[in-house]
Amino acid sequence: MAVSLTVEFSGGLEALFNNSRSINLSLASRDGSDSPTIADLVVRLCEKVMTSKRRELFVIDGYHVRPGILVLINDADWELEGEEEYVIQQGDQILFASTLHGG
Amino acid sequence: MPRPADSTQPQAASILPPRSVPLSTTTCELCHIRKPFLRRPKTGQKICQPCFFHVFEREIHNTITSKNLFYRGERVAIGASGGKDSTVLAHVLKVLNERYDYGVEFVLLSIDEGIRGYRDDSLETVKRNKDQYVMPLEIVSYKELYDDWSMDDIVAQIGNRNNCTYCGVFRRQALDRGAKKLGIKHVVTGHNADDMAETVLMNLLRGDTARLDRCTEIVTQSADSPVKRSKPLKFTYEKEIVLYAHYKKLDYFSTECIYSPEAFRGTARTLIKNLETVRPSAIVDIIRSGETFALERKKSGTALKLGSCERCGYISSNRICKACVLLEGLNAGRAAVQVNGVGYEPDEGAALSKRLEHLSF
Repeated sequence: MAVSLTVEFSGGLEALFNNSRSINLSLASRDGSDSPTIADLVVRLCEKVMTSKRRELFVIDGYHVRPGILVLINDADWELEGEEEYVIQQGDQILFASTLHGG
Repeated sequence: MPRPADSTQPQAASILPPRSVPLSTTTCELCHIRKPFLRRPKTGQKICQPCFFHVFEREIHNTITSKNLFYRGERVAIGASGGKDSTVLAHVLKVLNERYDYGVEFVLLSIDEGIRGYRDDSLETVKRNKDQYVMPLEIVSYKELYDDWSMDDIVAQIGNRNNCTYCGVFRRQALDRGAKKLGIKHVVTGHNADDMAETVLMNLLRGDTARLDRCTEIVTQSADSPVKRSKPLKFTYEKEIVLYAHYKKLDYFSTECIYSPEAFRGTARTLIKNLETVRPSAIVDIIRSGETFALERKKSGTALKLGSCERCGYISSNRICKACVLLEGLNAGRAAVQVNGVGYEPDEGAALSKRLEHLSF
């Protein structure tokens, strides 16, 4: 069983994902269990969704979200939700927003 | 198990409180009613959206009043790029001006550097902001100010290496000239806490001790500019600016300039963001350090003599202002292309940089 979710990009990250602001995904965890985490999502985004070769603008040290990119889970700061270990629920809306661009 | 007083080994498991004590609160730490939505980087507090809006706006108001940034009846231009910082700045200033009755008249002032695919799009955002915030908008372009040179033309001629130098010098003067055109003596910009920390770090790494304490000043009035600059978002974290813009659904534009950004600034920026992850207060701490570092000044022999540029009449401590020095090089290059049909000498860029270094900034 996989969960479906919406992933949104803003703050310039759209450029790494074929200029899409929002995509719908169906996601299972890497170990086949029913509870994919944000960490699973990030791997999937890097391996299957990203259209740019500049992966380092999104992740560092493997698959860790780069500092300066905000992650909001249903509009809540991921720091309140366990960050990469958060278990994604059916229908979740997850936003990756870069703060790295000029203003 | 009691922890031995002299232990130097971390014993995480044994020093944690018993499990019956909740490790985190489930309600906002300010109102104790609603669900928290974010953790404030500055304080670590977990707070809800309404409380966030309140403290975010209140802190900027406190900065404005404690530093006496504005006076009643003042006309102030907001340097507006259409990006997140200046959009949040314009929005918050409008809210605060009404809520606390500052009696200030705000105008949006935008610079059109002439960068297709970047500035033309962000200017569309500013034009919408003009209606959203009901503020007049003035746009001044490099092309009209600088002998018909847009940044696109400049990069086509000098290449992609020194272009930030040109853009920086030109923008500074363009903001002043725009303000002058509007009869305004005060420009506010959207520089945030992360930008300030980044600049402190860059000055430190460059050994630029003269600018180290100056760069954190909230109001700058430099000798070679007739216009006062101030930074009401000086203590506002970039993370909170982005969250505020997101939660308030503000209309802003986010794309990086298409020309290569300064590599050094980018490195400093990455370092700041990495530090923030480990220690969120690092950003305000660096600003505090910058503010407190006041190095003894060498006694300068001659006081800076102010005059005006022989070419354009702009206020300058040199015979010819920085912008005109750059323009001279550009125009010489353009003439060479026209006369000989040959390209611009690459060495000329380096020579110009050298010449600029000798001018006082």
